[in-house]
Formats: sequence, C-alpha cells, structure tokens
Amino acid sequence: MSLVARCLEADGIATVVLGSALDIVEHCGVPRFAFADFPLGNPCGRPWDGAMQRQVVASTMALFETAAGPRTTVRLPYRWGGDESWRDNYMAIREADLDVLRRQGDERRALRRKQAADTQTRLTPRP
Amino acid sequence: MSTATAHLPVAYMARTKRYYEAQGYAKPYVWAHFDEVPFTKPAKPLAESTLAIITTSALHDRQATDPRAVASAATAAAPPLFANDLAWDKKATHLDDRETFLPLAPLRAMVDEGRLGALAKRFHCLPTEYSQRRTRTEDAPEILRRCREDGADIALLVPL
Repeated sequence: MSLVARCLEADGIATVVLGSALDIVEHCGVPRFAFADFPLGNPCGRPWDGAMQRQVVASTMALFETAAGPRTTVRLPYRWGGDESWRDNYMAIREADLDVLRRQGDERRALRRKQAADTQTRLTPRP
Repeated sequence: MSTATAHLPVAYMARTKRYYEAQGYAKPYVWAHFDEVPFTKPAKPLAESTLAIITTSALHDRQATDPRAVASAATAAAPPLFANDLAWDKKATHLDDRETFLPLAPLRAMVDEGRLGALAKRFHCLPTEYSQRRTRTEDAPEILRRCREDGADIALLVPL
C-alpha cells in the first residue's frame, strides 16, 4: 500500500496512510502516515465502536492540513484497550508449533511452484 | 488510557522474518525501502477536496491461486469485503465491522459537516503482492488512473 501512496503523491494526489504496522510503513517511507496502534485488521478502530472510529478518521484526515513535509508520522493516541496480549501473540512461535510451521512452508512453496508454472496466475501474496 | 511508554509498537518486520524462517524460507522477505519520499501539498482545502479511498481488502473471498487485479466498487453502495487471504491478527479481532477498515461512515459525516468536500464515486481494492515490481508498475498506476478518472484530489489508503 505504501508503494501506491508514493505513486499517487508523485503524480499530485496528496495521500495519507492509516495503518497499524509502524515499522513496515516507515521503513518504506510515505508522505503522511497515521499510526493506529491496534491489532492488524482494524486500523480504523475497534469493531462496532463508531465513536472511536470517528476520532481515528478525523485525526487521520487532519494530516492533510498539518503535514509540512514527507515522512510525517502521527502516532494516534487511541488505545485498543483491555487485554493487550495480542502484541505478544501475533506470529508468536512456540516450540510445539515448529513442525506445523515447517509443513505450512512446504505446502506454500509447492503452491508457488505450481503457480510459477502458470504464467497467467499471479503469485501468492505474503506480507 | 495507558501511558505512551506502556506498550511498544509490534516489531512486525522482525517477527515476520522469524516466522518465515520457521517455515523454512531461506531468504528473508525484503520490504520496500526508499531514501526519497514524494510530497505534494493538497491543491485545495479539505472542505473542497474529493477523497479516494483505497483498501487492501477484496470484493470477493479470494483464494491464494486466484488471479489478482485492482478492483473498484461504488462508495455509495459498498458491497461486503473480504480479506481472509491477508496477514492480519485473526486471533485478536475480526472483520465483521467493515468500518474498521473501510471507514465510510466517519468520512460521510465529515462531508455532511462540510469538513470534507466529497467522497469519490468509487473506492479501490489493491491486491497486495509478494512482487513489489508488479505493485509499482501495474497496480499503483492503475489505481492512479482510476483516481484521476473519478476526479479525486486526495486519497486515504487503509492497509489491513
């Protein structure tokens, strides 16, 4: 998505990225970035929490008016709340999972080989 | 609210690298990185600007083997969206509330309140790709073309 922001911006369409992967977006470099420190999947706020979503979006849109230069990141002040274990659990690797992960990788590589054989088929996405 | 130092942002790049190592990938994924970043001042005030919205979700429940292409749908009648094929935190949350990743209601409210000019007639779905080259040379220019076609002045990009 950061690549699209750069493409639009370079052609004169100002952009804001609203997302939850701070390191990935900043590593790429985008014009304006509103960082929502939430689990991946809900960058606009908690499900069914319209009040929070309005706040997140308003703060994000304000960047169009306040950003003075590229790589402007605003860390939104909103908290996911409650149990914060998602921070440690996402993509956590436990000893007991190693065999399963290796098997998943083997299956995925086999799929990629199959896809590569079909030039009309796009490659499997990875983050 | 917690203090700002109570929780550090998740280090997704390091965590993803370890995860794919455990899956047996020899070469780590190389994330896009640029020294130069473009910057354009909005041509109009927000209250006069037309906003395009871009999401990484899809219009259909995509399988890994499906052909992937930019897709668009009417903002005024947004259909259900899907992202089961993407990497997001499926243990911590869900996508049952589309507003958590395509915030049409708050944006419409801003238009109604006169703080934002208008929403573009379509929103656009970017197919995330392992291949950054494909995104740069095919999908990003196609989204730019569609934004121009819809008269968008500014764009909000919301990756899941």
